[in-house]
Amino acid sequence: MTKFLLPLGGFIAIFAFLFIGLGLNPREVPSPFIGKAAPTFELGNLHRPDSRFGTQDMAGKVWLLNVWASWCVACRDEHPLLVDLAKQDTIPIVGLNYKDKQDQALAWLKQFGNPYRVAVMDADGRIGIDFGVYGVPETFLIDKKGIIRFKHIGPITKKAWEEKMLPLVRELQKS
Amino acid sequence: MKRMIASVLFSWAVATGVAGANDQKELDAVGKARAVALAAELRCLVCQNQTIADSHAELAVDLRRQIHVQIAGGKSDAEIVDFMVTRYGDFVLYRPPFKATTAFLWLGPALFVLVGVIVLLRFLRTRRTRAQSDVPLTEAQRKMAAELLAGATPRESQ
Amino acid sequence: MIPEIGQFALILALLLSIVQGVLPLAGAARGNPVWMGVARPASRGQFLFVALAFGCLAYSFVTNDFSVLNVANNSNSGLPVPYRFAATWGSHEGSMLLWVFMLTGWSAAVSIASRSLPEEMVARVLGVMGLIGTGFLLFMLLTSNPFDRLFPAAQDGRDMNPLLQDPGMVIHPPMLYMGYVGFSVAFSFAIAALLGGKLDSTWARWSRPWTTLAWCFLTIGIMLGSWWAYYELGWGGWWFWDPVENASFMPWIVGTALIHSLAVTERRGAFKSWTVLLAITAFSLSLLGTFLVRSGVLTSVHAFATDPKRGVFILIFLAIVTGGSLVLFAVRAPKVGLGGKFEIVSRESLLLGNNVLLAAACGSVLLGTLYPLFLDALQLGKISVGPPYFDSVFAPLMAPAIFLMGVGPLARWKEARIPDLAMRLRWAAVIAVVSAILVPLIAGEWTLMKSFGYLLAFWVFAASLTSIRERLLVGTQLEWSRLGQLPRGYWGMIAAHVGIGVFIIGVTTVKSYEVERDVRMDIGDTVAVGGYDLKFEGTEEVAGPNYSAARGTVVVSRNGKAVRTLHPEKRFYPVQQSTMTEAAIDSGLFGDLYVSLGEPVGDRAWSVRVYSKPFITWIWGGCVLMALGGFLALTDRRYRASLAQRSALPAHAASPS
Repeated sequence: MTKFLLPLGGFIAIFAFLFIGLGLNPREVPSPFIGKAAPTFELGNLHRPDSRFGTQDMAGKVWLLNVWASWCVACRDEHPLLVDLAKQDTIPIVGLNYKDKQDQALAWLKQFGNPYRVAVMDADGRIGIDFGVYGVPETFLIDKKGIIRFKHIGPITKKAWEEKMLPLVRELQKS
Repeated sequence: MKRMIASVLFSWAVATGVAGANDQKELDAVGKARAVALAAELRCLVCQNQTIADSHAELAVDLRRQIHVQIAGGKSDAEIVDFMVTRYGDFVLYRPPFKATTAFLWLGPALFVLVGVIVLLRFLRTRRTRAQSDVPLTEAQRKMAAELLAGATPRESQ
Repeated sequence: MIPEIGQFALILALLLSIVQGVLPLAGAARGNPVWMGVARPASRGQFLFVALAFGCLAYSFVTNDFSVLNVANNSNSGLPVPYRFAATWGSHEGSMLLWVFMLTGWSAAVSIASRSLPEEMVARVLGVMGLIGTGFLLFMLLTSNPFDRLFPAAQDGRDMNPLLQDPGMVIHPPMLYMGYVGFSVAFSFAIAALLGGKLDSTWARWSRPWTTLAWCFLTIGIMLGSWWAYYELGWGGWWFWDPVENASFMPWIVGTALIHSLAVTERRGAFKSWTVLLAITAFSLSLLGTFLVRSGVLTSVHAFATDPKRGVFILIFLAIVTGGSLVLFAVRAPKVGLGGKFEIVSRESLLLGNNVLLAAACGSVLLGTLYPLFLDALQLGKISVGPPYFDSVFAPLMAPAIFLMGVGPLARWKEARIPDLAMRLRWAAVIAVVSAILVPLIAGEWTLMKSFGYLLAFWVFAASLTSIRERLLVGTQLEWSRLGQLPRGYWGMIAAHVGIGVFIIGVTTVKSYEVERDVRMDIGDTVAVGGYDLKFEGTEEVAGPNYSAARGTVVVSRNGKAVRTLHPEKRFYPVQQSTMTEAAIDSGLFGDLYVSLGEPVGDRAWSVRVYSKPFITWIWGGCVLMALGGFLALTDRRYRASLAQRSALPAHAASPS
């Protein structure tokens, strides 16, 4: 009587999904931007507020957009790595200072070092919303045509950088 | 749903109080109701499992303000939902859109009932004929039954 | 020292549970009465040791022993004593201990109340329960030991989550777990019957009271959770379709189906394999809920701190328990007889129809809860399934079930006729339709949705009255003296069904007529809500035992006369650095006035949320009625009589009352 096996079959199917589910992170939301043009912005420079900086200034370059804030504790974890990258001149990094105060942000950079080619102020978080930022830090990898190629949520670890991001950066820089 | 009204209004109060952002126009009753309904269907991404109407998180406050601003700017509900989906993906929608991957989600319940009712009716019908063996049969019926049941396993009944 | 005693008691309980799980089952298979006889003492011993462990943990909490990791993480010396005691089950580890405590409690109760059962059956039932206990004790000792020490001991604890510091939350988990775990009895009876090959109406009669009892606890548990969310979260919502809520609701739906299916199996010997399947499913869903809450595969507002290792363990356990029983089901169920004959329209078929609808409803909740996981696992993207989905899917599934609920009690066993049923229920239908049209009209604006809710509720009431009336009818004469002679089982059913109606009235009225005001209130400001005027008289600082609070004073008046003073609070708990909103609620039979403080705006003004929630208490009142119906059915004469027979109790137990 196969019909009596149906409940078992149903259970096995659910079980398989639950088992796979154990290895997934339900809180990580993939960005719908991958492969799409990065939203454009023009914001005041953190160090010189009267001068503006926009996405078009990075056209033709492969660059990182790093969303950070002085109130963000996890940002300190990834900061040394960013400073290293800047020293080695691997890739230009633009800092999007998210919902922060200028004096605090500047003090923070003074204390931990400034890896940013340019840091811009997104005081009310409006540009953050355009980029779909939901946690800080977040880092976007943008190619020469202004297309978002990769998004890292949370602090960038050495492992994540070397295994996932760096190869992609090299490839994009070649093309 | 309406419980969300409070939360949305409340967050505006905070937003204006804290950020001093006075760029917000008061919405009329219809606009408020729309803002509430929208906020109640959108998921707060930083929270564990809450709508942006429920959540105290800063991002939720910002997004509620976005809804407000866009309604005041004359955007339609669909446009506002689009705005959210392009930025955060389908994940923000507590009412998943109907598409190939969610077809089973939306049709599943109806399918369950349909299959359940069909199986139930077939079961009731076959069961009645099978349970007929309860009743004393005439010789002719017995023969007929035996022929009908040939091949099938005879079932005990109480 | 005390924690070590607790730990040791747990280990002994584990050993006993293995004995209880192995010997009686082997004894029943080989017909060895000595081995079978081990079941009762082993289960009682296991209960005592787990109770001892529970007592040790509670002692550590109450005496602030911060050298125990669990205590240091979940309690604080500033916490009032009742909450320190409740903190025993406030954490993942502690709640597992509570779970096992209840499991062994149920098991010991079965060992005591099973004197009239055949030894073989008792051995098998307790054996299965022993195996379940083994699984959970192993889980605790291997992955979540509540007695782990902390060296060096903490100065003070990190405190209990302030959300849980509430009387409702103190009794919610024990009630809920009593329900969850109680289904293990129905499950064990089902497995025992499958193992013994004796799937008959006697089996149904034995497992019925246990199932009803578990269902009552689960009903109360869910109700308390909902009530707690209502007054503690500060939004005035009462159900959020959160995965954790769904995890408790699914076993309830299946348990409801099981109660009805068991009734048919007992009375008519029918649906036996279906009933067994429901018993297996109800308990499996309880385990699934445990997995969902504790493994972190789904995000939820209420989830415990999660750990993949625990997830793997529970999942394997779930595979053994559910997979194993479904294999057994597939092997044994085909040999089960059909039972009594009945027609396509009969009380049997109506009950089965309702079962199908309940199963579909449970399937839909499961589908919605797990669908994000399905898509994620198949790498088809991440989605969220929330209240808008469940609201639009669940109500249409329940509506026909509630219609059948009115018809079922009037239908005859074996064969009913639709014209006859329609005749008998015509007045009930008229009353329901007229009330459904009139009530919204009287209350204000008429809409189809409001009317539909009231239609279902009044249908249940009117059909229940019709059923009672028919029971009292002798010829054409109403015989009121019969009122007292109707069995309590019958009254239990009526109470539970009316409870559903009361629940629907509450939900419909709240959804349709609630009023919210969110206002900035300075001292002396008033706001009018639901016929009342509320005057804000400012806030003052007050100190609680482990928090400080801004306590507002709101004077409620009607027609210029002050009727009540409400004190909503905004509490700050320094240890956990969190702020809690303590709503002030003027609760009444016909509605609540709900006031909660938002944030301070300016110097003395606050943003204040005021809700008028008409009939909201009916939601929980309906649940209480359902549970009372279950308890009433349990005191039915037939159970009391068998109890009296068994233990030779005084004769009053069988006297009508």
